[in-house]
Amino acid sequence: MLRPHISIEKLNVFYEGHHVLKDITLDIPEKRITAVIGPSGCGKTSLLRSLNRLIDTVEGVKASGKVLIDGVNIYENGVDVTAIRKKMGFIAQTPNPLPMSIYDNIAYGPRIHGEKDRGKLDKTVERCLQAAGLWNEVNGRLREPASKLSVGQQQRLCLARALAVDPEILLCDEPTSALDPLSSRHIEEQLIALKKIYTVVFVTHILRQARRLADYVVFLYFGELIEHGPAEKVLTQPTEPRTQAYLRGEIS
Amino acid sequence: MPLDKRKLEEDFFKVLMVASTLLVVGSLLSVFAMVILKGAPALTISMLTQTPKGGYYLGKEGGVLNAIAGSLYMTSGATAISFVTSLLTALYLNEYAYRSKLASFVRQSLDILWSVPSIIYGAFGFIIMVYLGIRASLLGGMMALTLLEMPIMTRAMDEVIRMVPRRLKEASYALGATKLETAFNVVARQALPGILIGILLGFGRAIGDAASVLFTAGYTDNVPSSLFDPAASLPLAVFFQLGTPFPEVQQRAYASGAILLVIVLSLSLASRLLAKRMTKYVVR
Repeated sequence: MLRPHISIEKLNVFYEGHHVLKDITLDIPEKRITAVIGPSGCGKTSLLRSLNRLIDTVEGVKASGKVLIDGVNIYENGVDVTAIRKKMGFIAQTPNPLPMSIYDNIAYGPRIHGEKDRGKLDKTVERCLQAAGLWNEVNGRLREPASKLSVGQQQRLCLARALAVDPEILLCDEPTSALDPLSSRHIEEQLIALKKIYTVVFVTHILRQARRLADYVVFLYFGELIEHGPAEKVLTQPTEPRTQAYLRGEIS
Repeated sequence: MPLDKRKLEEDFFKVLMVASTLLVVGSLLSVFAMVILKGAPALTISMLTQTPKGGYYLGKEGGVLNAIAGSLYMTSGATAISFVTSLLTALYLNEYAYRSKLASFVRQSLDILWSVPSIIYGAFGFIIMVYLGIRASLLGGMMALTLLEMPIMTRAMDEVIRMVPRRLKEASYALGATKLETAFNVVARQALPGILIGILLGFGRAIGDAASVLFTAGYTDNVPSSLFDPAASLPLAVFFQLGTPFPEVQQRAYASGAILLVIVLSLSLASRLLAKRMTKYVVR
């Protein structure tokens, strides 16, 4: 068995009375890409957002249960939410650059966590843009507004920005759904390269993408965890009838 | 509906819209034109550089420097104070008290305060001043104008801050930023062009208002040299000069009005330019 990095125990999430995640218990392996699949509205995004407590920022959400990261329950009273989020880079469905320059977008995270040294920030910006595969395209125009980049570039910028706070985990919420095929491939390639260093949790509704990327697969259906396991097993020989039906395209 | 009827409908409303626009622009331009035309003969350098000399209000030498300085001092002070309170309030309403009963109560109150006649703010300011033992002064006028500006500025900023997309805040939170860091570094930055318009709205309302400074700032022929000196203002300068029976002094009233218009106009142009530069980073 792979070493778990995130352990979810009996996680329940309610949104304005709807039970969106039901008793999820699951281990997510370290330094692998875990794909969370399932039909839309099945709770994939909610699961992802409960891992960095981003669901806290939405009105009317209640979560119970445990999420252990490095052995610490992030839902414990008194934990520092900002420290938890710093451990986890988050890539949203649509690129969301901040209203500032390319450089400042990446330096934003380190700066709020106290980094003031200009030289160090310069290095971080370059390193993260390299890692996201964007450096060659933006080198020399780092002072330009981030919103001027193409959508595909913006998403790689968001990836670079997430890397800048030195996270251990990358949470990706259908990060290619707003992108053209070429940009999507860029992102996929970066993620595969990054899994050597980071634990990646990846929400997708595209089965082929899960087949291309995933080492481990989690199948959710109407808020329930139906099946999870190594990708080759879940995607080729699923044991649960609902997983089989989903993979055959009978439910969506 | 048959096509010709729809086309007729389209044409009809287009005519109405153009007519309304012309009415608005036309009436504004007429006001400008009247002030400029009537005031132009009296608009001399000494109007801008001199305070009223003896017999000024009878048509003798002098200018309205006292009112220009008084208006600029009072309005700048009031705008600075309102800016701070308005931005903090608007950020609080949207980032902390979001969708709460308190927020809707505050918004409702501000909307009502917006339509309170400015003489009421003047009277209120006056009562406070009597209580504190302050005479009609620059400080008093500043206080009354701050009261006048705050509801406008707060609501204007509230509206633009409310439009900041949620995904931007989320991006900031996801990096481990606190609410405060997100409010100042992301929300305020995205809303900056709109915040600037809010400041301009407040400034414009305050510098053009006569009633709220009538009791609170008083009027003087001198340029105020301390916060506790009485202060003249352009709207009152217009009022007093227009009330004299002498045509040449009435002309100076229009000239004072023209100066007021030019101040507001140049500020508006400057803030437009500034907003344009700041829009560069705004995310759409």
